Amino acid sequence: MYSGGQLDEEKVFKDPVHRYIHVRDKVIWDLIGTKEFQRLRRIKQLGTTYLTFHGAEHSRFNHSLGVYEIIRRIIDDVFVGRDHWDHSERLLCLCAALLHDLGHGPFSHSFEKVFRLDHEDFTQAIILGDTEVNAALREVGDDFPQKVAEVIAKTYPNKLVVSLISSQIDADRMDYLLRDAYYTGVSYGYFDMERILRVMRPREDQVVIKRSGMHAVEDYIMSRYQMYWQVYFHPVTRSAEVILTKILHRAKKLYEEGYRFQTKPVHFLSFFAGNVSLGDYLALDEAVILFYFQQWQYERDPILSDLCQRFVRRRLFKYTEFHPTNEQMEKLIELTGLFKKAGIDPDYYLVVDSSSDLPYDFYRPGEEGERLPIYLLMPNGELRELSRESVLVDAISGKRRTDHKLYFPADFLEDLSTKRTVKKKIMEILKG
Amino acid sequence: MLTEHAKVMKALAAAGEIAGRKKLQKMIYIAKKLDFPFYEKFDFHFYGPYSEELTCRIEELCALGFLHEVKEKKSGYMQYRYTLTEAGEQFLRHYDWDMPGLAECMQAMNEQNARFLELVSTVLYFEHLPKDEVKEKIAVLKSKQRYTEEEIDEAYAYIEALRSRCHNKARV
Repeated sequence: MYSGGQLDEEKVFKDPVHRYIHVRDKVIWDLIGTKEFQRLRRIKQLGTTYLTFHGAEHSRFNHSLGVYEIIRRIIDDVFVGRDHWDHSERLLCLCAALLHDLGHGPFSHSFEKVFRLDHEDFTQAIILGDTEVNAALREVGDDFPQKVAEVIAKTYPNKLVVSLISSQIDADRMDYLLRDAYYTGVSYGYFDMERILRVMRPREDQVVIKRSGMHAVEDYIMSRYQMYWQVYFHPVTRSAEVILTKILHRAKKLYEEGYRFQTKPVHFLSFFAGNVSLGDYLALDEAVILFYFQQWQYERDPILSDLCQRFVRRRLFKYTEFHPTNEQMEKLIELTGLFKKAGIDPDYYLVVDSSSDLPYDFYRPGEEGERLPIYLLMPNGELRELSRESVLVDAISGKRRTDHKLYFPADFLEDLSTKRTVKKKIMEILKG
Repeated sequence: MLTEHAKVMKALAAAGEIAGRKKLQKMIYIAKKLDFPFYEKFDFHFYGPYSEELTCRIEELCALGFLHEVKEKKSGYMQYRYTLTEAGEQFLRHYDWDMPGLAECMQAMNEQNARFLELVSTVLYFEHLPKDEVKEKIAVLKSKQRYTEEEIDEAYAYIEALRSRCHNKARV
């Protein structure tokens, strides 16, 4: 047992966002060295975004270390000795921060949609199952893996601990905003995290922010808003996601129809059959997926082959704005028919994508009992919801912004060597 | 296409009017747990299961003019009421499939208050655990709600009744 066990010498990781990540606890060092945690090096933090912002090649490994470091600074530099903070929860917070994304799979957004999986179930399974991570956590105590799993599942009794890892202003969001901004090279993700950390205060159920730090929080909220529309929901990234999703759908369908793959999808079989074991899940990373996509470019099935070529060679779908009013829905039905006439399968080549398909949450105060908002701690000790104090936050959180796009293969439609009339008609409708 | 939007609309159409976002969230979560094919992802939050995806979808449906949202001031807080608009009803005509049993289920849930539905959804969230453990979880995680043993038993009975009502459901 090494509850509270420290390393003989502090270890540090160089990090472009936080400069240094400091590790003093032996369990943290051991967890980083497990094969399940090392796997996160092979899962990109932003999935297909690298096809839009070429710098976005950073991994869930970097991000997990970053979240750990933010929590470590909050606990060791800001919370220690303050009311409401129970320092015996320190190691639990650090482990939960480090492991919070452990169950993410390759391109997990598309993957989870197609195979109806939830990475959080796999996070739980890795922490509680027969794994190196579980063995390292058990060194702290027999019930320690269960506690870590509960913090990540947000069902741990100490809600303050949960809110550090997951709330409207948590270490997870602060790290991914700064990190994603850094690697994509955009400037609007920046906010003064050091200032926010200094004005965070523990309360019984959650972290609150001193009123004097409101402007730093406003910057953080603006950053969330801008990053959502400029990076996370970029239409080109969505095009790549659409193609990725359709490849997985096509491969699954072909498998169900008994199609004989030239490159047999060995690593996908349990996903297609819906009986995925933890071992199967951990064996699949982005390198494996990209290997199949590379190979499937040469499959006999023209749809699978074409979609894989599009993904590998970045020959993405084009898009047009699509506001699904009833009039537009009629056009969509007409387009579906015309695509069939043109010999282009609309199930794979005509796709509506909506902002709710990628719900990175931007801040809303919401309704009583809906979800916990950000509270400011006023000088008189009163708590006030952020948007009631900040004109800026009130302005952006009260404004609804949604987006729908229609994706299609412009190159197919522009090739008028076949089905010329129908393709021209399709283009006329798409150009509206 | 837009099938998931249409499913939420079907649920709202069946309920008639839903008062409160919290209530709406819990109703869809409960329906999902009863095996109706809703695919919004729910996490456990301070007030029980919550889906950001569903929140975004509702916002989209309001922005499209398919849902009518009314903001009302209640004692000390805001509440939102939702009904289908005429355009929303027209939109639903593009989807001629049905989710048998959903209408009854949504109507039954709509008769309950948000506090009780929060309890029901929390019981369902932990239903893989033995009943005694679920009661412990509720006592700890929902201590401020002060649910009684009787209310928890009532929630279990309610889930049973809902399940038997809509066992004859179908997938879209």
